[in-house]
Amino acid sequence: MMGLISYLVFFITIASILAIAVLGLNLQWGNTGLFNGGVVAFFGAGAYGTLLLGGDPQSDHIGGFDLFYPLALLGGAVAAGVLAWVVGRLTLHLRHDYFAIATFGVAVTFENVMRNAEGLSGGAKGLRGFTRPLEAFVNNGFTYNVLFLLVVTSLLVCTYLFLERLIRSPYGRLLRAIREDEIAACSLGKKPDRIRLTAFITGSCIVGLAGGLYATFYAFVSPQDVLPTLTFQLWAMLIVGGAGNNRGAIFGTFLIWGAWSASGWGLSRFAPVEVQLYTGTMQFILIGLVIVGMLLWRPQGLFPERLVVSQSGCKSK
Amino acid sequence: MAEILLRATDIVAGYVKDLPILKKVNIEVKKASLTLIIGPNGAGKSTFIKAIAGVVPVTSGQISLSGQNITGIRPDQMAQHSIAYVPQSDNIFRALTIRQNLELVLRKSKNGPARIAEMFTRFPPLAGKQAEKAGTLSGGQRQMLAVAMALAVDPLLILMDEPSAGLSPKAAQEVLQLARDLTSQGVTILLVEQNVKQAMRLADHCYILAEGRNQHDADASILLDDPIVGEIYLGGKRTNVS
Amino acid sequence: MIQSLADGILVGAILSLGAIGLTMVMHILRFANFSHAELLSIGAYSALVFDALFSGILPILANKIGPFSMTWALTLSMFCAMGVTGLSAMLIDRFVFKRIREKGDELSMVFASFGVAMIIRNVLGLIFGLKSQLYSNDIVFAVMISSDPMLLIKPDQVFVLLAALLIMLVLHFVLSRTTFGYALRAVAENPSLAEVSGIRLSRVIALVWIIGGCLAAAAGVFYGLNNHINPVIGRDLVLPIFAATIVGGIGSVYGAVLGGFIVGIAANMALLVLPSGYSPAVPFMIILALLLVRPHGLFGEPQT
Repeated sequence: MMGLISYLVFFITIASILAIAVLGLNLQWGNTGLFNGGVVAFFGAGAYGTLLLGGDPQSDHIGGFDLFYPLALLGGAVAAGVLAWVVGRLTLHLRHDYFAIATFGVAVTFENVMRNAEGLSGGAKGLRGFTRPLEAFVNNGFTYNVLFLLVVTSLLVCTYLFLERLIRSPYGRLLRAIREDEIAACSLGKKPDRIRLTAFITGSCIVGLAGGLYATFYAFVSPQDVLPTLTFQLWAMLIVGGAGNNRGAIFGTFLIWGAWSASGWGLSRFAPVEVQLYTGTMQFILIGLVIVGMLLWRPQGLFPERLVVSQSGCKSK
Repeated sequence: MAEILLRATDIVAGYVKDLPILKKVNIEVKKASLTLIIGPNGAGKSTFIKAIAGVVPVTSGQISLSGQNITGIRPDQMAQHSIAYVPQSDNIFRALTIRQNLELVLRKSKNGPARIAEMFTRFPPLAGKQAEKAGTLSGGQRQMLAVAMALAVDPLLILMDEPSAGLSPKAAQEVLQLARDLTSQGVTILLVEQNVKQAMRLADHCYILAEGRNQHDADASILLDDPIVGEIYLGGKRTNVS
Repeated sequence: MIQSLADGILVGAILSLGAIGLTMVMHILRFANFSHAELLSIGAYSALVFDALFSGILPILANKIGPFSMTWALTLSMFCAMGVTGLSAMLIDRFVFKRIREKGDELSMVFASFGVAMIIRNVLGLIFGLKSQLYSNDIVFAVMISSDPMLLIKPDQVFVLLAALLIMLVLHFVLSRTTFGYALRAVAENPSLAEVSGIRLSRVIALVWIIGGCLAAAAGVFYGLNNHINPVIGRDLVLPIFAATIVGGIGSVYGAVLGGFIVGIAANMALLVLPSGYSPAVPFMIILALLLVRPHGLFGEPQT
């Protein structure tokens, strides 16, 4: 019984962290129409950034600044934002597919650099030597995990509320206007490139925050955590939930993460050993089928975007 | 009385379902005539030509050519039905040479080389530049090439969408005169024009469309002095003439 | 230095073949196809199957051709693989991309190509296993062309380069001398005018996929001949091939050829100064450098 509850705590923690990332992605794709093909790079920037800033001093690589934890987490998110700023400045004014290719390239390069630059990231063996905040004061692992879950879920709620406010603000309307009709938005004197850039950076900071929490939870990050396949998983969560709808995005995350975990568990438990080697392979075929199937048959997702109509226009009746 | 080549009956058409641009249009085009369609902006003139060409889907109504039903043909099959269409702008392939443009429209034709030679005899300015990229041509020459591409497939009917748009007055007159000359060689032309006065002097018959419906039609020479034309162009709301 | 140049030219030839198909699709259908590199895997693996089949039926075909590790069976298999891959590319379009295209969202196409790539890559892994395989287990030794500067070249490399150049030459004649070539260029420039000029769009699009698939299959077999065959060929080559198309300018077939060689050579040269672990990141740096200097590529035109 205790095992089940502790697994549940673990599951909800990871799902909530991923949900924060999917919310950040939703701001980019759902509300602004940007195809970020390298979400994992921004997730990774947050993860590595947080551990480098907040970790214990290290001898074999830089970092380990032992910063106050919230500052480290914030620093991770900022690192993701800076990465987004660089990529966005270079590609957002070009044809949309350049942006997709460039962000994809960032992810490949990020993983590659983290794997090789041992002096920066610890290389293939990953980044260790991080003490989780306040861990010394909570001697029970389970209690600590429950407390951590509370922090993560409250951050998820904060992110959700922040984004809901943002998309209902004039800025949010502007984002949708640019997504629907860039030329019309231009003619109203708005600068689409600039607005898209800020949305891209904001979304990336949120993804980076999720990465920071993820690394904190495991007190460890390695190149294995930032493989391009994570990008696919996050995308599947968003498309299932419904692009443009934040509640849908959260629900989609829990659904896909649940299906992922369940399929992994089922295969490892019931499938013959020689098939188990291919667990990941089969899971990724399923993810691919989910993405393509949703786009073909239900592109609006299970929970379509609710159109937010400007109130000021209606009052004049 | 000359034979009717093209007959369009009660045409309803538009890009989006349930939002027809053409609400009900009827026309008849006599063989070897120059028939003009005019009307205010948004009347559906271009849409009507595109509906005949199969570019815009026809919701209801019937189009027939020499008595044969051609409603809703695929645009790429126009030449097989002896129709050619000259779009308003971007009506040549700039990246291809002039000769390649002609070879392209004639690629299924058996006597392609002979037709190309014929077009070059007919349009000497093009012959001199046949190996040059079409994008280098002047506005008037582009329209000439576009007409040559239409004429090359030896059609019974050529649909022209504002061929004089964007041309100098002289080049505009030349292109319209070219259309007139073609009819004397037996080609039938259905022309949409904004250059109303100029076109009307050359046309045989003229249809006026407004808001997706027929407004009026008469011999072009009669309409030329008719105050109705001015009234419609000034935006006067005339609902029904007949 | 010379060695890096020679190796780069060879890799470049393979990238060019992949990039030609990708640039045509990106130009005509206006979307970045992330699944294009998977066509190389399909080609490489189908050639592996045909090779085993032909060598089994007629063992004499398994003899090597001259100094190459290429056999008659593999040559024949390559052509069969080109057919299979071209057909797969067309069918993928028919069942996935075409249907999404009709709904009219370009970004959804990019997204769908992500999913398609994932499916192809993992289905290949499931069928053929995750281990690397080879067309021939015989070791072919490189020939020393010169000792100072050091230059070693395998006979296969020469063969691949010549074969790739031959394929590109054939394609060049098709594009520049046949009305089919004009039709292709016409559709790329102005699809709606092409249609009213008597070109059936759906047929041209299908042919573009078939050509792209054929070239990708040849590239896949050549890659397999010089390296090994595994299910992640597509994952490893997608970025270099994208880099080649962007360097050449999207839509330019000749640009793609040149782009392939530039990326191949630059990637190999870069390893003279960078540790070899960084090689997957080099194509991205090339893309970034180009976007800074010349955003529309060497031969591309600005597009919206």
